[in-house]
Amino acid sequence: MTEPTGDDRRDPAAPDPGTERASGTERIGRHAADATPAGTAAHTEGGVELDEQTREEAVQRADEHTEHLAAEGPGLVPDGEGSIVEQLAHMTAEELAEREAEVAEVVAPDRDIAVEIGDTLLSMDAVTMRFGGLVALDAVSFDLKRGEILGLIGPNGAGKTTCFNALTGVYRPTSGQVRLEGQPLGRRSRHQITRLGIARTFQNIRLFGEMTALENVVVGADARHRTSVVGALLRLPRHHREERQAIDRAMALLEFVGIAHRAADKARNLPYGDQRRLEIARALATEPKLLCLDEPAAGFNPAEKDNLMGLIRKIRDDGYTVLLIEHDMRLVMGVTDRIVVLEFGRKIAEGLPSEIRENPAVIAAYLGVPDDATA
Amino acid sequence: MTTSSTSPKTGTASEATPTTGRGWFFGLGDRWNSLPRPQQWAWLVPVVVLIYALPLLNPPLLTTEPGTNFPLALFDVARFALIAIGLNVVVGQAGLLDLGYVGFFAIGSYVAALLTSPDSVLWHIPYLWTLPLAMAVTMVFGLILGAPTLRLRGDYLAIVTLGFGEIVRLLATIVEPLKGQVGFQSVGHPPGTNSEGNAIFAVSNGTPWYWLCVTITIIVLFLVGNLERSRVGRAWVAIREDEDAAEIMGVATIRFKLWAFVIGAAIGGLSGALFAGQIGFVNNQKFDVPTSVLFLAAVVLGGSGNKVGVILGAFVVSYIPNRFVELAAYKYLIFGVALIVLMIFRPQGLLGARQRLLAYGRQAYLRIVGKPEQLSSDSSLKGEGDRIS
Repeated sequence: MTEPTGDDRRDPAAPDPGTERASGTERIGRHAADATPAGTAAHTEGGVELDEQTREEAVQRADEHTEHLAAEGPGLVPDGEGSIVEQLAHMTAEELAEREAEVAEVVAPDRDIAVEIGDTLLSMDAVTMRFGGLVALDAVSFDLKRGEILGLIGPNGAGKTTCFNALTGVYRPTSGQVRLEGQPLGRRSRHQITRLGIARTFQNIRLFGEMTALENVVVGADARHRTSVVGALLRLPRHHREERQAIDRAMALLEFVGIAHRAADKARNLPYGDQRRLEIARALATEPKLLCLDEPAAGFNPAEKDNLMGLIRKIRDDGYTVLLIEHDMRLVMGVTDRIVVLEFGRKIAEGLPSEIRENPAVIAAYLGVPDDATA
Repeated sequence: MTTSSTSPKTGTASEATPTTGRGWFFGLGDRWNSLPRPQQWAWLVPVVVLIYALPLLNPPLLTTEPGTNFPLALFDVARFALIAIGLNVVVGQAGLLDLGYVGFFAIGSYVAALLTSPDSVLWHIPYLWTLPLAMAVTMVFGLILGAPTLRLRGDYLAIVTLGFGEIVRLLATIVEPLKGQVGFQSVGHPPGTNSEGNAIFAVSNGTPWYWLCVTITIIVLFLVGNLERSRVGRAWVAIREDEDAAEIMGVATIRFKLWAFVIGAAIGGLSGALFAGQIGFVNNQKFDVPTSVLFLAAVVLGGSGNKVGVILGAFVVSYIPNRFVELAAYKYLIFGVALIVLMIFRPQGLLGARQRLLAYGRQAYLRIVGKPEQLSSDSSLKGEGDRIS
C-alpha cells in the first residue's frame, strides 16, 4: 500500500510519480495541501497514464498557480480588524498552508476515506435523448472513475450540455440508463439526484442573485440537512446544529474557492469570475461525489483560466470526481485525466488527452476534413 | 379595478427588482441589523408597549375619531398586519403570486361562524377553539389547492388562485347551509365579562380585540421569523430567485412551495376567524376580489419579502380609509395610483426585502468583515455601485 500521503506533502521532493504509479492500487490523498506543487506532482497521474510531457506541463502550471496565489492571496484588501481577509493577509506561507488544510477538513469531511481509483462512479449506458425528430444523444456510453477529471468536449451542438442534463436529471433519457455507483437514476427527481451525489454548475451563471454569497452556498449545504419545518419553527436543537454546520462549511467553501472576503455581498454584485467560483462553491456544498462543471472558464482570460485549473485540481485532490465540459483546449488538455469527445450526439473518441490530441476523428470534427478521413 | 390590473405586474416586478438602492429606510435597517441583540430588545420593548397602549392614549393626530372608532380602526390595522404577514410568506418569501388569499380568510371566518353562531345547525364550541381549528381547516384547503396547482408558475398560478378566491365566495352564496347574504349573526367571542356584566370582547369594544390581535400577530411574527432564518426560509428565497437552480441544488421545490402555501393559508384562516369574532357577523359580502387585491397591495406597497415592510403596508392600506373617511370611497383609486407610482420609483416597495436569513449569520458576518459597522458601510457602497453600473 502507498504510504500516507500526508508525508508526501511535507516532502518538497515528491516521490517519483513513475514508482508510485507502479505500486498497485492507488489511493488519492485527499489533502488540501496536495494542491501545492509537491502534492500535485504526487498524483496528477491519478491511476491514469499521462504522457510525460502533459504531466510536466500540468505540474509546471500548478507551480505557477501556487506562486500566483501566494503573491495574490495576501494582497487582498483588508476589510476590517480581525476579519478573515485581514487575518489571511498577515499569514506566512506555512500558516496559509495550515489554514488551507483546516479549510479542507471542513470542505471534504470524509476525506480520510481513501478511495480507490478506477472504481466506476458513474456510468452512462447507451443513453439516447430524442427531442421529436432530433436525436441529441445517440447511444452514448462512457464511464467515470472515482477521483478522475473527465473532459467532455465536442464542437458546438455536439450534445455536451444535453449529456449533462441527462445525467443531472434535468432530462430523462429516451432510452438507456445513467447509473451512479451502480444505482440507476431512473425517474428520480432532480433534487433527489443531487442528494445522491451529483452536483453541477451552469453554463449561464444561475445564482440566487438577491442572496449573499454565503447564503447561496448555505442553500447548497442545506441539501444534506434534515431540519423539518416544525423543527425550524420551534428552533429545535437539530436546527441550531445544522445551521452552525452549514455556515461553517459554507465559509470554508468560500475560502476554498478564494472568495471568502465576498461572503456578505449579494451574489448579483460579485464580479463575473467570482460568480463562477461561487457557483462551484455552491455545488460543492451539496457534498457531491461527482461535480459537473459546464464551461466554467467561459469568458475568462488566460490568467483566470490558469487559476481555474488550479481550483479544479484542488477539488479533485479533495476527493471529488469532476466532469468538465469546456471549449478551451489548453485548459482541457492541461487539467483532465481522460477525455470523451462527442459529435452530433455520438461519442467519437475516448482516451487520454495526448491520444485525443492526435485522434484523426477528433481533428476532423474540429477542423473539418474530407469524409473519408473521419471514418 | 385599477389595483387589480396592476397587481400581476407588481408581483413580477418585485421578483425582478433590479436595483438595491439605498432608500431612506434602508440605512436604518442596516444600522438596526448591526446592533447587538440586547440593544435591539431594549429598543423593541418600549415600541411594543407603545403599540399596546395606543388605544388608551388615543393620540390627537393619529386618532381616527370622530370618523371611526379608534380602537376598532386599530384592530383593523392589526388584522391587516396579520394577513399581510401571512400573505408575505407566500408572495414575498416563496414568490408565489396568490390572488385568492381572501379565500383562506373567508374559510377561516366561516369556520368561526359555523361553530359558534346560533344560526348554525352544527355543534358549537367555545370561540377560542375555533382559532386553531380555522388554521387547521385552511391548511387542509391550502393543501388541496396547492398540491395540484403549485406545479404552475407565475401568471398561471395567479389565475388559478384568483379562481379559488371566487369559488369560495360563490360557494358561500350557493351552498344552502352557508346562508349566502343572510349570513350568520352573533358569532362567538372570547369569554369574560367586566364589572357591569357586559362582555369584554363585545363587538363595539375594539380595545380587547386589538390587544388579542396584536398578541397573536407578535407570536406569528416570531414564528415566521424563525422560519425565515432557517433552511426553510432560504429554500423559499432560492425558489423565488431561480426555481430550477434551487431544485438542482437539492431543494425539494414542490414540498417547500406547498409549505409556504399552507403556512400562508393557516395565517389567513386565523385572521379570518379573528375578523368574524370581532365583527360578530359573517356573510358572503366581505370576501370579494378587490379585498384580495387590497391584501396583496399591502404586501407589495410595504415591500414584499420584508416583515416590517408588509406591516407598514398593512397600516397604510387599512389606516388611511379609516383616518380620512372622506377618501374611503376612492381608496382603490388611491392605492392603485400609489402602486403604479411606487413600481416606477421604488419597485421593491417602501421597505425592500432584506437578506438576513441566517440564524448565525450575524456571527458569520462579523467574522468576515471584522466590525459590524463595516458591513453597513460596505453594503451601502455596493448599493451605490450597483446603481451606477
